[in-house]
Amino acid sequence: MNILYDIMEKILPFSWIEYNFMKNALLAVIIITPLFGILGTMIVNNRMAFFSDALGHSALTGIALGALLGIADTDISMIIYAVIFAVLLNHIKRKKTLSTDTLISVFSSFSMAMGLVILSKGGNFAKYSSLLVGDILSITAREIGLLCLIFILTILYWFFGFNKLNSVALNISLAKSKNIKSNIVETSFCILMAVIVMLSIKWIGILIINALLTLPAAAGRNISSNMREYHLFSILISIFSGITGLVLSFYLGTATGPTVVIIAASIFFITLILGTLKNR
Amino acid sequence: MLRAFFKKDIIEEHKKGCENPACGQHCLRIKDMSVRAGEDTIIENVNMHIHCGKITVIIGRNGAGKTTLIKAILGEIKHSGKIEFTDLKNEKAQDLKIGYVPQHFNIEKNTPVSVYDMFAGYISRTPVFFRKSRKVYDFIKGRLRIFDAQDLIDKRVCDLSGGEMQRVLLAIAVTPIPNLLLLDEPVSGIDKNGMELFYKNIQMLKEKFDLAMIVVSHDFEFVRKYADYVILLDKTILKEGSFEEVSKSEDFQTIFGRDYNEYTL
Repeated sequence: MNILYDIMEKILPFSWIEYNFMKNALLAVIIITPLFGILGTMIVNNRMAFFSDALGHSALTGIALGALLGIADTDISMIIYAVIFAVLLNHIKRKKTLSTDTLISVFSSFSMAMGLVILSKGGNFAKYSSLLVGDILSITAREIGLLCLIFILTILYWFFGFNKLNSVALNISLAKSKNIKSNIVETSFCILMAVIVMLSIKWIGILIINALLTLPAAAGRNISSNMREYHLFSILISIFSGITGLVLSFYLGTATGPTVVIIAASIFFITLILGTLKNR
Repeated sequence: MLRAFFKKDIIEEHKKGCENPACGQHCLRIKDMSVRAGEDTIIENVNMHIHCGKITVIIGRNGAGKTTLIKAILGEIKHSGKIEFTDLKNEKAQDLKIGYVPQHFNIEKNTPVSVYDMFAGYISRTPVFFRKSRKVYDFIKGRLRIFDAQDLIDKRVCDLSGGEMQRVLLAIAVTPIPNLLLLDEPVSGIDKNGMELFYKNIQMLKEKFDLAMIVVSHDFEFVRKYADYVILLDKTILKEGSFEEVSKSEDFQTIFGRDYNEYTL
């Protein structure tokens, strides 16, 4: 880790890099943003933005349940709860008894309310309110390692499973006729999403995690005509907004997450205009 | 390991799968197929015998269970009964390869998926977000050429017209060449010219590849001209035979009226 710090100090001639918390934050941003850029492409194509939002909200419940059951590390209960939540939601969605957005909305509000009720019992909620906005400046080296691990897993998943995932997203019947196991594909994607959202929620915050997941991909989508362009633009836009947002928030003294969101949203509007001009 | 995985791309298998068309020496039987949803019976005791190189058309009123039957054959919905597929040469059961063209292919505007991306997703291991494989690209182009759709390869799927989409979907459905091709109302949303081209393609497929085909259709013009065998479905098979026979039956006339041409959609 120290070698990494030294390298960063050498190649980045800025005053903010002297602080270790900024170095950690920068590393975290460099891992999280491309990860979100990649994951976002399929969340947007699959029309799952609502789903990932609900996942974010389930974090509170996971922590609450962990605290209730007396589990020392509430991160673990949070991840387990999110994975169960995601798989269950996906399962019910497939049954198609209710329209998906209504269903997700009901699930997510119920789950969030449960979490809030449990956590606020005894007036303790202030302890958890940092989860709402997140604080990337407090990330530690161990947690960066964890992010690194899930990043590598995601890349592997993408290399081996992306074609199938894309086929299922395009048309499920057609994918099935080509012997693609759509259940496995969808469920594994939901689990991956749940784990990534949970591992990054403390740093990004419940309120804006979904914006970071969907904005870069939505912006990239405006100006892409195939999957290669889509991924390239989505990842670049994500990294760019992440790093500029972090540096800007340092100088302006603002919260990092929301600053990143503002930049990503501005890029979205620019690409929207570019895309409309191109298609005309 | 990665290299080896992608090098031994499944595309080689698919190339082989496109060299040997179905031989006409197979027997395909659907036995006692029923689908239930809760209390309701959607289709009941459907028995079909499908022949290679023949077009079997399923007709019936809306809600008669035509799409359900197709999806049951596809294995997408739970059903009772079974599908038997045997090689007539040695009487052995074989795996049935099904090609399918869906009734609707809804794709959102602005979706950054090109025809190559979509096609390669079904036949190649090379992840389409990462790179475009020359080998796969040429192969897909060759498959699209069968339907005169090779120029569409770099277009976005969402920008295709109904007829163009249909041709791309057909090319995907016959790669690799299936034993059975299922077409669910293939001409909905296609203009007159597109329809004619589509029917010509169907005829060509039948002659060139000796495929067994099941087509759901509302277009009696098509049924009269191209169908080798017609099945009138309403929960179960009411009448089957040539179009001549079926259209003269009482059931047919109750459902579509005596002057059935008016019903043509």
